[in-house]
Amino acid sequence: MKHTVLECRKLSVRFGGVQALHEVDFQADQGHITAIIGPNGAGKTTLLNVISGMVSPVSGEILFDTHTITHCPVHQRNSLGMVRTFQNLEIFSNMTVLENVMTGCHGHMPLAAWHSLLRTPKAIALEHRIKEQALEALEFVGLTGLNTVSAKELAFGQQRSLELARALAARPRLLLLDEPAAGLNIAETQALAEMIVRIRDTYQVSIILVEHDMELVMGISDAIMVLCFGQVISRGTPGQIQKDPQVIAAYLGSDEDE
Amino acid sequence: MDLSTLLQYLVTGLTLGSTYGLTALGFTIIFNTTGVINFAQGEFVMLGGMMSVFFLHSLGVSEPVAILLAVTATTITGALVERLAIRPVRHCPAINLVIITIGISILIRGIAMILWGKDTYALPSFSGNAPVFFLGAAIMPQALWVLGISLVLLGGLKFFFSATIQGKAMLACSFNAKAASLVGIGVQRMVLFSFMISAFVGAVGGVILAPITLTSFDVGIMLGLKGFAACILGGLGNPFGAAAGGIILGVLEALGAGFISSAYKDALAFVILLILLFIKPSGLFGRDDAKRV
Amino acid sequence: MAYRRDMYWLAAFFTVLMLAPLAMPNNYYLTVLIMCCLHAMNAVGLCLLVGHAGQISLGHAGFYGLAAYTSAFLSTTIGLPVGLSMLAGIGAGTVTSVLVGLPSLKLHGHYLAMATLGFGVILSILFTETIDITGGPSGFVGIPGLSVFGYELTNDASIYRVVALGLCLIVWLAFNVLHSRIGRALRALHTSEKAAQAMGVDVARYKLFVFVLSAFFSSVAGVLYAHYLTFIAPASFGFMFSVEIIVMVVLGGMISVPGSIIGAFFLTVLPEFLRAFENSEIILFGAILVLCMIFLPDGLAGGWNRLWQRLRAASAQASLRKQI
Repeated sequence: MKHTVLECRKLSVRFGGVQALHEVDFQADQGHITAIIGPNGAGKTTLLNVISGMVSPVSGEILFDTHTITHCPVHQRNSLGMVRTFQNLEIFSNMTVLENVMTGCHGHMPLAAWHSLLRTPKAIALEHRIKEQALEALEFVGLTGLNTVSAKELAFGQQRSLELARALAARPRLLLLDEPAAGLNIAETQALAEMIVRIRDTYQVSIILVEHDMELVMGISDAIMVLCFGQVISRGTPGQIQKDPQVIAAYLGSDEDE
Repeated sequence: MDLSTLLQYLVTGLTLGSTYGLTALGFTIIFNTTGVINFAQGEFVMLGGMMSVFFLHSLGVSEPVAILLAVTATTITGALVERLAIRPVRHCPAINLVIITIGISILIRGIAMILWGKDTYALPSFSGNAPVFFLGAAIMPQALWVLGISLVLLGGLKFFFSATIQGKAMLACSFNAKAASLVGIGVQRMVLFSFMISAFVGAVGGVILAPITLTSFDVGIMLGLKGFAACILGGLGNPFGAAAGGIILGVLEALGAGFISSAYKDALAFVILLILLFIKPSGLFGRDDAKRV
Repeated sequence: MAYRRDMYWLAAFFTVLMLAPLAMPNNYYLTVLIMCCLHAMNAVGLCLLVGHAGQISLGHAGFYGLAAYTSAFLSTTIGLPVGLSMLAGIGAGTVTSVLVGLPSLKLHGHYLAMATLGFGVILSILFTETIDITGGPSGFVGIPGLSVFGYELTNDASIYRVVALGLCLIVWLAFNVLHSRIGRALRALHTSEKAAQAMGVDVARYKLFVFVLSAFFSSVAGVLYAHYLTFIAPASFGFMFSVEIIVMVVLGGMISVPGSIIGAFFLTVLPEFLRAFENSEIILFGAILVLCMIFLPDGLAGGWNRLWQRLRAASAQASLRKQI
């Protein structure tokens, strides 16, 4: 039976006079990779920002499982199991690779501050578990052996993997990926596609993907939604989307994509 | 409370506020080219006043000449500060530069103390002490000098930034230093200019204020803080916001001193500043930075 | 690993502090050492706040002073026991930091600097003007000496031991925080508040936490200061002291706790050495500050690291030459 993990109802967002999203309905199913595509300026990243809580909608509602999270602050969405990555890498450049990933565990492994202050046995035990999880996530994305390297010294592609590892360490149930292939070459993109599928299958994570690379999207998505000028113009499986005349018109009719 | 008292306080506030505004303008000019708050700005103001007194008494020249010498000397000091202390570390983080300006302010204050001692000095008013009466308020001629010179200076700077090639180049640096250097603007020279202009503006402020409030080696600290406060009040980076911020601060302070308590006038100015900051976090005339995720 | 290395450092530092009085020819040096420790308490707090969390404060002298005056007032004017007054002083500084931090920490960069600076200036004016309570510009005299659990410490050597122990406890707390999820959260919000939030860090809460923790350290230093000197004056808690603490941290290399301590010791001892030059001490102080920042941009700790690496490279080259 299909189970909806995230549901957006009639979301609208306005920046000044610009209507960025207009009554968008959106669903992501449990264990699926759901892609959001559309021409530049269609409102894809805005939708992702609304879902993750970085932008507030003017109207509409967001449901995560059974919780209404429309006005829930970003960090609480993390504790509920929603984690995102960023289009312009937001790694913590003042930390080592391992510390970056350990920070990913922050939301789902809470502890009262006084434990940390006094470094109680509980705090030490937690540090060990956090480190184990972080090492596991690093291994999963293939960054083993770089633990003590400063994050800013990694190559660009490695920094992308690091962001993924950090998100994985948070043990998400819903992972939001904002253009994860931006700036990667063809080989790296292929590896990324495999990794996204592997993440879904290994951890039973639901994934929402905003991406420009059509080959990547068509290759791995279970469902696709197409946005154009802040409105939904189509949704369906990759096969259905590729044949939809409205989608073709939106892409060909608009300015050259990228 | 009658109208003449209110007017009296208002004039006092405008006079003080103009000099805060000039100090704030100095902060803004350097901030715009370097991204650094120059904590030595208050010392430029102090140098303007103290050197005028010094030249007047020790060289025996007339007051206008002494003032001209003092302003020139302070401007040169500004250039030296940039050349000797700021330029060698221009690639360091902003916090390092800020600390260097703190070091410089301590240094300048120390030198002033050794040269001229800890006494308080007065500079003679520019045109006598016979007050002019206006709607029952006594206005000292020096207050008119302060207001007039501040306005002229503000107009001059406005002209400089909007109508001269040098001024436009400096503006360009403040928007985007890299792009400015790509179109052939010597960014380093602009930083030098900004320090000279700031020192000049500060010195003029110090000179016109000295006959009213007296001057000593340590007046720069409080003036610097007030100037910084005025900058923030007006929205950091906006020169005319800074000038306006200074005037608002001065008027608030004068009203506070008049109606509440002169001991707490500085505290009052800062309390109001804090309240304003908490209500409007980017200053009165500042733009909210557009957030991009 | 890293935590263990810091604990070794702390153990060594503690030993040096405890042995230091043996090498001191007279009480004057002990006084300087006590001041070093009190300043270091302030610096360690600001190292967490400014260096790690990236939040500036130009008002910590206010918490330092508030704690000192509160404890002085309660013990001297009201006549409460010293221990109780000290606790109340620490409480006053810490609680005030919550009230100041809540609205201020919404601000960023220079605006935060201005808000904390404004708060510091307001407090310092209050210390000067509320003459009935604080004694005004001439200071608060006759504060009872330090006592621990009702046991009065009469000589400087025992006071020094209490202060040094206090500093080591503060350093221990600081290390614990830095090597925990809190420390990572602080460094995370320093580089990217968005990403920190996305990782589940309640940014506002952690900023407040580190602000209050650093104010707590300053408050502890404040009450110890008041009951050690038995005399306090507003000049010690002004804007310049807030700036001085920041300078100590920057001199120490921003993110290094040992560096901040060394910076604090350096900046406390320096004026004492310069006192021999009488009037020119302030000039020398300013000049040394400027020169340090020009030639040691990453602080004393950074300069030390570079020197160490250069020496190692030189010796490696020398041994290489020998082999050839």
